[in-house]
Amino acid sequence: MHHAISMTEETPRVLVVIPAYQEERTVGGLVRSLRERYPYDALVVNDGSTDRTSEAAREAGSTVLDLPCNLGIGGAVQTGFLYARDRGYDVVVRIDGDGQHEVEDIPKVLEPILAGRADAVIGSRFLGETEYRGSIPRIFGIRFFRLLVNVTTGYRVTDPTSGFFAINRRLVEFYSDHYPSDYPEVDAYILMHRLKARTIEVPVRMYDRAEGKSSITAFRAVYYMVKVTLSYLINCIRRFG
Amino acid sequence: MNRVTLFSICTSAGFLLYILEMVRRRKLREEYSILWLAGSVVILALSLKQDWLVGIAHAVGIVYPPSFLFLVGILFILLILIHFSIAISKLHQMNKKMAQEIALMKLRDEKATPPSADSL
Repeated sequence: MHHAISMTEETPRVLVVIPAYQEERTVGGLVRSLRERYPYDALVVNDGSTDRTSEAAREAGSTVLDLPCNLGIGGAVQTGFLYARDRGYDVVVRIDGDGQHEVEDIPKVLEPILAGRADAVIGSRFLGETEYRGSIPRIFGIRFFRLLVNVTTGYRVTDPTSGFFAINRRLVEFYSDHYPSDYPEVDAYILMHRLKARTIEVPVRMYDRAEGKSSITAFRAVYYMVKVTLSYLINCIRRFG
Repeated sequence: MNRVTLFSICTSAGFLLYILEMVRRRKLREEYSILWLAGSVVILALSLKQDWLVGIAHAVGIVYPPSFLFLVGILFILLILIHFSIAISKLHQMNKKMAQEIALMKLRDEKATPPSADSL
């Protein structure tokens, strides 16, 4: 894969965006293993954490954006897109700071974009062999959104809520202006569909969170489903100026 | 003039004056006062001109005219609440943009200043 890149005239600039909220215990290790393995820049977006997330990320050598208040995952990730847009990055990889995603799988989501075969590559925990075991409401939700995305966009999606992905410059610019505030992953499919983006999934490993709780607890599952469905359907009919 | 009419006139007139005073003192922005003013003017007018109230109520099939007054009041409250929801959404969006901009600016600032003093 690296050969293919070095052949090109200019090496694409890749930014790895790590949204982090109260993840002082995991974010440092993630940044360190990123920096050991890859030449890419790391950006931790600290979403108003009250613990030592920011310091841990800085000590590990990451650039850190400290949001003055908690914006929620979408707002935090979008800040990373804004940074990437302003600094002229060609590709953004977004990975969780809580140890749910595998740093070693970054080349898998990156390669199709660097090769120019896709605009967006989303890591799926359901393609290939998987160790992932979700709760019943979670699996139900994933199946529901899978159906919703497949029916409305034609994308054949297996993991519509995956937060492990890579996008090219075009999507970075679009998401800098239009990215949902919370639970953005499903919504992003309709945005990509509207942009006629070439979106593919690749198999990745996902683990149960090393630290912290999922942003989706059982009680919030219903709200999550309703909110995402509503904003998804509205995005189908929205105008993007 | 019966007592309920007098009460209705006094309340809506007092309300109207209160809103005007708040706007005059700049405690209420004009844009947020329009619906309040319109609501109190309509209710005041319908209290003063009862034959209008009765006429409109009967025209839309309401047997008991004062309940039309309630309907008007409730409709204005609904409109005002929707207006607030829109205003909150706008503020939410602005707040998000500002938080993002502040984070980006802080980083630029950090890079511009050498890390001599680590005090925040």
